[in-house]
Amino acid sequence: MQPKVTDIWVYLAQTPLLWLTATLVIYYLADIVYQRVEQWPPANPVLISVVILITFLTLTGTPYQQYFDGAQFVHFLLGPATVALALPLWRYAGRLRHMLAPLCGALLIGSLTSIFTVVILGRLFGVSDITLRSLIPRSVTTPIAMGISEQIGGLPSLTAALVIMTGIIGAVIARDLCNHLRIDDQAARGLAIGVASHGIGTARAFQMNPEAGAFAGLAMGLNGALTTLLAPLLVRLLGL
Amino acid sequence: MVRGITALLVCQLAGEITTRALNLPAPGPVLGMLLLFGILLWRGAPDWLDQVGQGLLRLLPLFFVPAGVGIMNHAQLMQTEWLALLAILLISTVVTMITTAGALLILSRLAGIRKEHEGATKSY
Repeated sequence: MQPKVTDIWVYLAQTPLLWLTATLVIYYLADIVYQRVEQWPPANPVLISVVILITFLTLTGTPYQQYFDGAQFVHFLLGPATVALALPLWRYAGRLRHMLAPLCGALLIGSLTSIFTVVILGRLFGVSDITLRSLIPRSVTTPIAMGISEQIGGLPSLTAALVIMTGIIGAVIARDLCNHLRIDDQAARGLAIGVASHGIGTARAFQMNPEAGAFAGLAMGLNGALTTLLAPLLVRLLGL
Repeated sequence: MVRGITALLVCQLAGEITTRALNLPAPGPVLGMLLLFGILLWRGAPDWLDQVGQGLLRLLPLFFVPAGVGIMNHAQLMQTEWLALLAILLISTVVTMITTAGALLILSRLAGIRKEHEGATKSY
């Protein structure tokens, strides 16, 4: 007897295989398209993959948790990949040591700018208080951002979504913004991308240039630590 | 390959243990990165580690996709304010990038660091 299509679907929907494979296939195809269109920013493969997968999941009525049961194997590799950022960083250690003082200064200025712009814009656009608090740590890597959000009275889960959106925005605009402003120093590019758009931006910086990627990875880590210290302090100072 | 991935996971594990034991604000993998950076400064990077690391870093964007799909959980939360949120995120990301890059270039100039010096510093 032939199994019905719905039977096959019921079986597949229960195993991690389906959504793991779907994630890989969709990213693979999105990346091919991205290279075809000469890395046209709106065709960013992370953006396209996320949009297509959310559409699929919504159409099939699949809850996120069920998707993640399969996709977690891809998600897990974020950890060792983050550790691996030490390799390019080490390769540019000479340059890093040489410009350590300006680097720390720019990091502090960037971190403050990231917090202040959100507070000012949030007030200007009149978002709710809890949304504003959830927005403040948005340019920091997800686990740190969620911790900060909780501490300053935001919604950690909303912060997680805002962090991802920030990362995708940063990845999409990074190259053209740097080119337009003639920022061609790779360290400056990397630092800016890492501070403004954490890991997703760092991933993009790597595609642009290994040196930019190295500095982006460093900026991502240090900005996370710095924002942890600055955000609660500023929230109190600004009386939010 | 086994050697390379093992080394990375050991660093990550050490990072996770450290951050929990000392109650630090940094996530385990970030501490693992700093730990590995320290080891590399001391011993240098062997080929087997470099190959695995480069392979992983090439795929870095892919690893963010599962977390990215998580946005779907917050569709309702964002429904009312999504346009304002998008505008805020876009403008603040642009301003932060420009300010950070500008600050680094200006501060480097003030400190008298020019790119030509790069070659000299690489030797030590």
